[in-house]
Amino acid sequence: MSNEHAHTHRDHDEDPRALRADAIESLLIEKGLIDPAAVDATLAYFENELGPMHGARVVARAWSDPDFKVRLLADGLAAIGELALGGPQVDHLVVVENTADTHNVVVCTLCSCYPWGLLGLPPAWYKSLAYRSRVVREPRAVLSEMDCDLPLDVDVKVWDSSSEVRYFVLPERPQGTDDLDEAALAEIVTRDQMIGVAR
Amino acid sequence: MDGIHDLGGMQGFGPMVRDDVVFHAPWERTAFGLAISVDIVGNTDEFRHSIERLDPSFYLSADYFGRWLGALETRLVDREILSSDEVDERVGGSLARPSAVLPNGLPSSSPDGGPVRDVDRSPQFEVGHEVRARDIHPVGHTRLPRYVRGHRGVVTHRYPAFDFPDSHAHGRGPDPQYVYAVEFRAADLWGEGDHAVSVDLFEPYLEPA
Repeated sequence: MSNEHAHTHRDHDEDPRALRADAIESLLIEKGLIDPAAVDATLAYFENELGPMHGARVVARAWSDPDFKVRLLADGLAAIGELALGGPQVDHLVVVENTADTHNVVVCTLCSCYPWGLLGLPPAWYKSLAYRSRVVREPRAVLSEMDCDLPLDVDVKVWDSSSEVRYFVLPERPQGTDDLDEAALAEIVTRDQMIGVAR
Repeated sequence: MDGIHDLGGMQGFGPMVRDDVVFHAPWERTAFGLAISVDIVGNTDEFRHSIERLDPSFYLSADYFGRWLGALETRLVDREILSSDEVDERVGGSLARPSAVLPNGLPSSSPDGGPVRDVDRSPQFEVGHEVRARDIHPVGHTRLPRYVRGHRGVVTHRYPAFDFPDSHAHGRGPDPQYVYAVEFRAADLWGEGDHAVSVDLFEPYLEPA
């Protein structure tokens, strides 16, 4: 990769993992197994083309168009295809709906599966040992620590993404948003709502 | 394998720390870029298993992309594309050198073939069926989490067939199997709690309850 940091700082204070990444990268280049330009292009795609803005469009459409919402809940992949969305790690999509009395939250306890095509790469906390170990066992406590306190009369369902099926939470439309159009609604949807750690 | 990666329900990992960053340092970005670009690291199941095979102390201390980097290196070493000595030489030491606890089985890989597969047989279970997650302990890669083994649940979704990770990670071909979302009650899994946990389970992981 063309990032200067990896090739210029070789002092003793540097994280050994950084040196190791650099070493493996240079060996792979020398052996002709990777093309640095192709790796850069792939990274640029992940960093620039993917992100929660895609998931937010899906939510805003579902909030604005009841027929779309029905299709989305019935066949997630086909419905997001209507918005020309899909992409990596979204081969089979199940959309689960949060309501006044049900709250869904998504995890991957075995690794860190995540719908990259709709949300981008996951934040560090989603991949943390604490989140992966605890949210299937004590979701209310985990959510509370993330400033999402669920009333006791709200049922909680945790989805452990242990196959290639990816889960995506459709949050409840907030009250007082009747005047917002679809584009404005997309602006207020957060990544955390679509994972299920915010209401 | 009953590995350190199988974290569901384990205790002692502390409170949630809200760290929203994707890449903390350039090397994490490099590790990700290399791992997703080098076809020769194998299919997704093989790569996941390479992460699971990392020495548990390495796994716990390496952070997410440190594990990717360690798995990438062990994979490249397994495939005899490079040696860790070569990497050490370039690094100027063996710090952060990964070690793996189990062999990965056959060194050849079968590619990702598009995960949804057609199979020429009927699914064994339907929505509403009561099932039990088998209490089995495969030595190699599996996507049957420990915390549901032996427990009863209800099928809530029947999905198409997907490459079977237990086979696909070990060079034994895709062997596609139906997948089901199975809902368990927290009280059954943990002895307490009022929530439900849904886990996606491949058909060979299940038996009628």
